[in-house]
Amino acid sequence: MEKVLTKMVGIENSQNIDVYLKHGGYQALPKALKMTPDELIQMMKDSGVRGRGGAGFPTGMKWSFLPKDNPKPRYLLCNADESEPGTFKDRVLMEDDPHQVIEGLIISSFAIQAHTCYIYIRGEYVTGAKILHKAINEAYEKGYLGKNILGSGFELDITVHRGAGAYICGEETGLIESLEGKRGWPRIKPPFPAVYGVFGCPTIVNNVETLVTPIHIINRGVQWWKDNEPKLYCMSGHLTRPGTYEAKIGTNLMELINDHCGGIPNGRKLKAVIPGGSSVPVLRAEECDVAMDFDALAKAGSALGSAGCMVMDDTTCMVNALWNLMKFYSHESCGQCTPCREGTHWLEMICGRIETGRGRMEDLELMLETANNIAGRTICPLGDAAAWPVAGLPDKNKGGDLNGQSFVNKFREEFEYHITNKKCKVTIPHEWN
Amino acid sequence: MALEFSPEKKKEVEWTLTRYPNKQAAMLPVLHIAQYQFGCISPEVMELVAKTLDLPVSRVQDVVTFYTMFHEKPVGKFHIQVCHTLSCAIRGGSQVVDYLENKCGVKCNDGISKDGKFSITKVECLGSCGTAPMMQVNDDYFENLTKERIDQLVNKWKSE
Ligand SMILES: Cc1cc2nc3c(=O)[nH]c(=O)nc-3n(C[C@H](O)[C@H](O)[C@H](O)COP(=O)(O)O)c2cc1C
Ligand code: SF4
Ligand code: FES
Repeated sequence: MEKVLTKMVGIENSQNIDVYLKHGGYQALPKALKMTPDELIQMMKDSGVRGRGGAGFPTGMKWSFLPKDNPKPRYLLCNADESEPGTFKDRVLMEDDPHQVIEGLIISSFAIQAHTCYIYIRGEYVTGAKILHKAINEAYEKGYLGKNILGSGFELDITVHRGAGAYICGEETGLIESLEGKRGWPRIKPPFPAVYGVFGCPTIVNNVETLVTPIHIINRGVQWWKDNEPKLYCMSGHLTRPGTYEAKIGTNLMELINDHCGGIPNGRKLKAVIPGGSSVPVLRAEECDVAMDFDALAKAGSALGSAGCMVMDDTTCMVNALWNLMKFYSHESCGQCTPCREGTHWLEMICGRIETGRGRMEDLELMLETANNIAGRTICPLGDAAAWPVAGLPDKNKGGDLNGQSFVNKFREEFEYHITNKKCKVTIPHEWN
Repeated sequence: MALEFSPEKKKEVEWTLTRYPNKQAAMLPVLHIAQYQFGCISPEVMELVAKTLDLPVSRVQDVVTFYTMFHEKPVGKFHIQVCHTLSCAIRGGSQVVDYLENKCGVKCNDGISKDGKFSITKVECLGSCGTAPMMQVNDDYFENLTKERIDQLVNKWKSE
């Protein structure tokens, strides 16, 4: 398949503006500036683009929520916090093709009529921040940023803003608080950022990959997009060739694993995959014959999330894997809501005592119940993100209770073995040289 | 004596302040600049940042204690952060920590090695899972780690 989002990856000096221009860069921008903002928003709606940051919210619809009668300035915030475990695709875009990101930001800012845009990049991505900063300076010099862009009268400033190590700052209102110079404590919604966002002004927060999509829809048309929608997949774990892969949205997970990533190495067998970043329910090997798109994965009881596929072979202890994730959520909970702060802590402790041979049979129900008591009862979705890997997605038929379809029940036998035998069922150590 | 930004850092701070509608929003960038100059965010550094942003010191402290990247105490000349989240863990991430502890002569989360060179911590996913196991040392990522590669790197750092 022709690469669209990752076309520049591997090209020498791909970060340089002249190289980007030589490969057809900044051609969508003049076309966009000749359209009206409403036409651009309609284009995003027609193409059906859904957010790439995790929640999959329709982008055109989000943009149309901006109030028409609010005289305050509008802001575009590019969410480059990329801290969901298993996710590393935005880094590729920013480090290898920063001008694609900038062109996407200019078009998106024009569509929502924002004159200020911040790229909130996770603090650890120092290299990415430097590359973006340099690329932004090049774009100012060539007249793609600043006042009167390409003679259109449109004005835009972009600034790279580095975070400082906190997963919660990827949550859109945590990000806003952090950008304002505070702790990244999520806000209660409503009001939504589109109405009351950063500095009290109407704000749109989108993921990096989402914000480059308008370039390609403008260049190739809405119909092309609908027929060929490209998506980035982050493939990690027990794979022969892990990495970021561009493929048509809806590519089968087994095709990604076997054809793109060269399958599972060392003759081992596939055991499980977390398909959408650590916050979504796990799939058993036999459930992995599934299309990697929003609807098919939802039907399979999981989610596309941030498209971070964590692949595990039969050397993986599922109790240990869940414990690992629970440590993450417990560490990253911002502590504002009791169910999340206490619940994630208890999930970590209970899972840990099972793994270390001190578990009780009742602990399994206790974990499911604890997860259920977090989900849906918190300010932001981090609580849900911690609960879903344990106990699955909410079930409408059970009044929104979690359906139980994830680690604890799908690998129950392994958890029970741990409790009864006080040791791991998996005995093959993973070799590291 | 009250601390001051170096002339070069002062310029960076001034430019940074022009990019935001108010001073408080420059908090994280100014803290980063300060940490590059002073090595950590001590109480004196907090005072300098507070003065720069016209904010009470308590506001600065509130922020510094929230984010893992700001150190309130000095770290080693080479501050090693090993990812221990799932995709790294299942490719040897925890063995990387043990191996580094032996090589560098300092335990994880246990201050700085005697020669002042190394400090080691475990951190959550650094967005480099496709090249696991990995670590960040100061500003740089080191990916697809093997014992041999760690030997090379640590030996080089010991001689620097
Ligand atoms: C705890 C938490 C962490 C998140 N981290 C990120 C992130 O690192 N990057 C991102 O784009 N979205 C992240 N999100 C989703 C954002 O809140 C938001 O939905 C997204 O940036 C919207 O952009 P999109 O519509 O383009 O997906 C996170 C959400 C939660 C609850
Ligand atoms: S759900 Fe957790 S992370 Fe989100 S606001 Fe509440 S305590 Fe903080
Ligand atoms: S799990 Fe280690 S970098 Fe993501």
